[in-house]
Amino acid sequence: LNQPAARQSRRRFQSAGFDLASFLFTGLTGAATFLILAILAVILGNILIHGWAGLSWRFVTSGTEKDMFDVNKAGVLPMVFGTAARVILMTIFVLPVGVITAVYLTEYARMNSPITRVIRGAVNNLAGVPSIVFGLFGLGFFINFLGRNLDGILHAGAANPVWGRPAILWASLTLAVMTLPLVIVATEEALRAIPPGLREASLALGATKLETILKIVLPQALPGILTGGILAVSRAAGEVAPILFTGAAYYMAGLPKSVTDQFMDLGYHVFILSTQSPNIEQTRPILYATVVVLLVLTFALNIVAILVRANMRKKMRAGH
Amino acid sequence: MASTNTGRRTEGWMGIHRGHRARPLEWLAEKFIFGVSLSAIVMVFLIFLFVAREALPVLFGRMNSSLVQKVIPPGEMEKIPPAQLKEYLGLTDRQFKEMDRETLQTLMEVKVEAAKEAPNDKDAALNTTSWRYLLLPHQWTGYDRPEYIWQPVSQIQKYNIIPLIVGSLKATVVALLFSVPLALGAAIYVSQLATPRVREWVKPGIELLSGIPSVVLGFFSLIVLASFLQGLFHYQSRLNAFTAGIALGLAIIPVVFSIAEDALTSVPRSYIQAALALGASRWQTAWQVVLPAALPGVFAAVILGFGRAVGETMVVLMASGNASIMSWSLFDSTRSITATIAAELAETVFGGQHYRILFLIGVLLFAVTFISNFAADLVMHRLKSRLEGKH
Repeated sequence: LNQPAARQSRRRFQSAGFDLASFLFTGLTGAATFLILAILAVILGNILIHGWAGLSWRFVTSGTEKDMFDVNKAGVLPMVFGTAARVILMTIFVLPVGVITAVYLTEYARMNSPITRVIRGAVNNLAGVPSIVFGLFGLGFFINFLGRNLDGILHAGAANPVWGRPAILWASLTLAVMTLPLVIVATEEALRAIPPGLREASLALGATKLETILKIVLPQALPGILTGGILAVSRAAGEVAPILFTGAAYYMAGLPKSVTDQFMDLGYHVFILSTQSPNIEQTRPILYATVVVLLVLTFALNIVAILVRANMRKKMRAGH
Repeated sequence: MASTNTGRRTEGWMGIHRGHRARPLEWLAEKFIFGVSLSAIVMVFLIFLFVAREALPVLFGRMNSSLVQKVIPPGEMEKIPPAQLKEYLGLTDRQFKEMDRETLQTLMEVKVEAAKEAPNDKDAALNTTSWRYLLLPHQWTGYDRPEYIWQPVSQIQKYNIIPLIVGSLKATVVALLFSVPLALGAAIYVSQLATPRVREWVKPGIELLSGIPSVVLGFFSLIVLASFLQGLFHYQSRLNAFTAGIALGLAIIPVVFSIAEDALTSVPRSYIQAALALGASRWQTAWQVVLPAALPGVFAAVILGFGRAVGETMVVLMASGNASIMSWSLFDSTRSITATIAAELAETVFGGQHYRILFLIGVLLFAVTFISNFAADLVMHRLKSRLEGKH
């Protein structure tokens, strides 16, 4: 007597649209998503709450004394300067090469020719090379090969190497190699977002291909290209491994004066403060404050890039 | 192009045929652009070449770390050929040329002195940079059984790389076990189940996670996460492979997520519509239609995540405890390949044994990530052509 009723009620339950498996599946995947975002929130929240206390105008605008672990004297200006300088130099190196490569891939190359596939494969592989290997490469190629040979030619007989030692120039070049794929991919996306009709119109009016690219395609793609540049900058600003042996200094009395000087770096400074401090409890405020400065630098850039890109994608969708 | 092969009308850009008029500037620009675009290939090649170059002497067994060497008396300097003398004193060509007789004589005397001071230890005569000692266990003086030991800074330098490889693997496996389920779940949710509004918020959020520099993740796991996990699981050493693995997982979640999400989204809408039309629920469609179709892409995401985890440096350097002990336990302090390079390279002598062996493990790292990238690339390429209907 009872069984059919139970079956009926279950049927009613199902027809009302409740599906346990569906509920579980959606719940589990949703929970995974939520957990990731929660972890992100915890990390950022923890850093901001603890970092706020240590931040002060003096901290951001003053240099650091010999004892960089002293809470009352430490400042991050030299590190901010060093990080900014190496990132700006890097942008100068990487943007032209990256943009030209992307122009080749989208405007000139045939879609599936072997050479195009090899270039794409190389770009993908370059994106996956571990950052520490870039550091080794920078040391092996830029410093020990290029630098030493430059010294041999320009400063033969000099007691101290001028080029063949860690320097801001070599660090930026190493980072430029590292961020090349980022710039290429972002620029490519920007170039593909431009409707083909624009190019066709330009060509139909008698412009040559080069003129079309320089005067129509590239100006249109500028926001996207800048996004790529910004992404590269924000990625490079936080990288430490590639500059460990190619230019970052543990401590320097003044700011770097030329591109062949070493520099102090924000990310490397975070590493030093958190691992080399004689008393971690005491240095905690400046450690957190330094992390906040680094995060603000990278995130401000990141958010700009994300916004520009979202805007671009919307436009692209509207254009199709 | 037109100037070089006027006889043939070449298929031009986007189906527009080129005229016959010669345009040298255009031609030059095209060649220049092509040349620059090869830079990515050149860079990959140079990276391999110059990292491998520094490791070559070890690769071919030309290094000798033996502390006991045959001594040539300084008086016999005239008798031996210059090439042999150069090798004996360990000089480069340029150094050798610049030195006069007396310097060489002094160097030979230094050698004799050094030989007298060689430690009285049976291991002193071993060349610890040969492959046998790099890969196989050896019973060192004072140990009661053969062991894998990485101890480059000691009287007898021990360069066994197995503890480092095991350390890297341990952290990587933990990272994958932690991050792949999370990232994959999130990718399925965001690409298949979430409403567009939710998607618009979640995707940039996870992208933001990838924007956190690895040194900051390392700092966070060192200061906060390590203590939290230790409180949770009550293990002995605060920094270990487990902590490093979880921290690494945080670093690779965005990588796995974005590639898996890409693959899932690239499954044609017609698949989903067909499944829904046949009466499947949304989760059945996601689980039984979309996921199998995108499986190669998901696989590629995991491979790339592996490559990224193996190569990540700062997180492991800061969160793993950095003791190069040979142990399979997840809760022992460990040291990875990347952390070893980062921590030790600055203190090595240029061109020395330690220096070259660090480059050797760099080559190993490069090879592993190169292969995993290549595999992922291949899988993705296949997937794309399959989904586009080109077999």
